[in-house]
Amino acid sequence: MSLATRLEKLDRRYLFLVILLAVLLPLLNPLGLPIEPTPKVIGLHKAIEALPEGSVVYFATDWDPSAAPELVPMAQATLRHLFRRNMKVICGTTWPTAGPLAENVLREIGDECGKTYGEDYVNLGFKEGREVVMVSIATDIANAYPVDYHGKPTTSYPIMADVKDFQDVALLLNISGGYPGTKEWLQQVQRRFGMKMGTCTTAVSEPEYVPNFQSGQLVGLVGGLAGAAEYERLIDTPGTATRGMDAQSLGHLAIIALIIVSNVAFLLRKRSGKSGPP
Amino acid sequence: MRREVPLLFTVVFGLLMIVDFFVPHPFIADWAQRFRDWAIIIIAASFFLGVANLVKINLHKVSRREKEWPFAAALLGSLFVTLFLGLAFGIADKGGIRGVFNSIFLYMYTPMQATMFSLLAFYIASAAFRSFRVRSFEATLLAVTAVFVMIGRVPVGNAMSDALNLPDGLTFASVQAWIMDFPNLAAKRAILIGAALGAIATGLKIVLGIERNYLGEGGAGK
Repeated sequence: MSLATRLEKLDRRYLFLVILLAVLLPLLNPLGLPIEPTPKVIGLHKAIEALPEGSVVYFATDWDPSAAPELVPMAQATLRHLFRRNMKVICGTTWPTAGPLAENVLREIGDECGKTYGEDYVNLGFKEGREVVMVSIATDIANAYPVDYHGKPTTSYPIMADVKDFQDVALLLNISGGYPGTKEWLQQVQRRFGMKMGTCTTAVSEPEYVPNFQSGQLVGLVGGLAGAAEYERLIDTPGTATRGMDAQSLGHLAIIALIIVSNVAFLLRKRSGKSGPP
Repeated sequence: MRREVPLLFTVVFGLLMIVDFFVPHPFIADWAQRFRDWAIIIIAASFFLGVANLVKINLHKVSRREKEWPFAAALLGSLFVTLFLGLAFGIADKGGIRGVFNSIFLYMYTPMQATMFSLLAFYIASAAFRSFRVRSFEATLLAVTAVFVMIGRVPVGNAMSDALNLPDGLTFASVQAWIMDFPNLAAKRAILIGAALGAIATGLKIVLGIERNYLGEGGAGK
C-alpha cells in the first residue's frame, strides 16, 4: 500500500488523538494569543453602555446543557456588564432545561457583583409555549409568568413594580442555543414591538443572524466561544472563554493541517493514476 | 363534523392571530391574549401526553425483552426516580443547600449532555479529513473558504497576520469578516426570504382550509 493510500485510510483514532492533544495542551499551558473584538460584539457592548442606569433588560436564556460550554461564558460576560452598569435584569426561558442553568449563572454573577434577588434581578423560570409565550411575555410579563422559578408570585418582587410589558423593557438580550430562540424572538417580538435586541448564540448559528445585524434588527451579535472571549476583553475580565481560545485556535489549526494532509495524499494518489476510492 | 369543526377552529383562530398582528384595537388584543393563554395550557398538557407515550413504548420494549431493552429499563428507572424526587422534595434549592433534584440535573444530566455534544468536535475532524477533498473547483473553493474562516475566527489568525505583516484589509480576520458579511449574508438573506415566502404560503393554505394534512387520515380527504 502506497504512503498516499495509507494516509487516506488513516485510522480515525489517530485523528482523534491529534485533536485531543491540540485542545488539551493549550489548556494546561496557555499561550496568551491576542483577542481583538469585532464590530458585531462591539455593537452589543456599545448598546449596553448607552442604556441609562437602572434600565430593565429582559435576559432570555434559551439553551440546554449541550450548548452550555459556548453560551454560559457569554451569559456570564454580558450579565457582568449589565450588573456593573446597574441594570435590572429579568430572566426567563422557553427551554425546559434552561431554568436551573440560568439560576446558577444569575446567582454566581449576582453574588459577585453584590446584587440582590428580587430587587436587581429575578429568574422567572421556564414556560412552555414557545412563540406563543414570547408574544405573551411582550404584552404582559406577569400574566405569562404568574410565579417565578422559586414558585413565588412574580408581582411580589420590587423589580417588577414598574414593569408590566416590553414597553417598560429597554433591551431584549437573547442567549440562544437553537429553537425556539433568536429567530423566533425577531419574528414575534422585535419587529412587532420595535424592541432593541441583541443576541448571543452558538458559533454554528451566528452566520444565520448576520443579515439581521446588518439590517439593524440586532444591535449586537456575539457568536460562539470566540465572541464570548471578545466580550470578556471588552469588559476587561478574562474568564472561561478567554482561556478556551488558545485551545480553539490550535484545534482549528489541527483540523486545517489534517485537511491539507488528506488533500496532499489525494493528489499524490491521483497523480499516480489511481483516481478511484482509496 | 369531524372535519368541519377543526377547520372552523383553524380559520377563526388563525385569522384572529393575523389580524392581532396588524390591528392594535383592545377588543382584538384582549381576545388574542385569551387564545394565547389557552394555547399555552394545551401545549403544557401535551407534556403529559409525551411522557405517557414514552412510558408506553419503553414498557412494551422491557416487557417483551426486545433488542436493547436494558436501555429502555434504564430510561424508565431514571424517569421515575427523577420525577419522584422532584415531586417529593421540590426542584429549587433550600436555605443555600442544593436540592437532590437540582444536584441530579447539574452534576449528572448537564455533564453528560455537554460531553455528548463535545464529541462532535472529534467527528467533525474525522469528517473534514475524509470529505474536504479538492475533487472539483467548487470543492476547492469550499475548502479554501473554510480554511480562511477557521483561521480568521480565532486569535491565532490575528497572531499569524501580525507575524506575516499583512495589511489591514488582508488579514485573516478581515478576509473572514468579508466572507461572512458579503457572500454569506447574501446567501442567507436569499434563503430567509425564500423560506419566509414559503411559510406565508403554507400558513395561508392552512388557515384558509386548503391544506388539511394536519387533520390526519380521516380529515384530510376532500
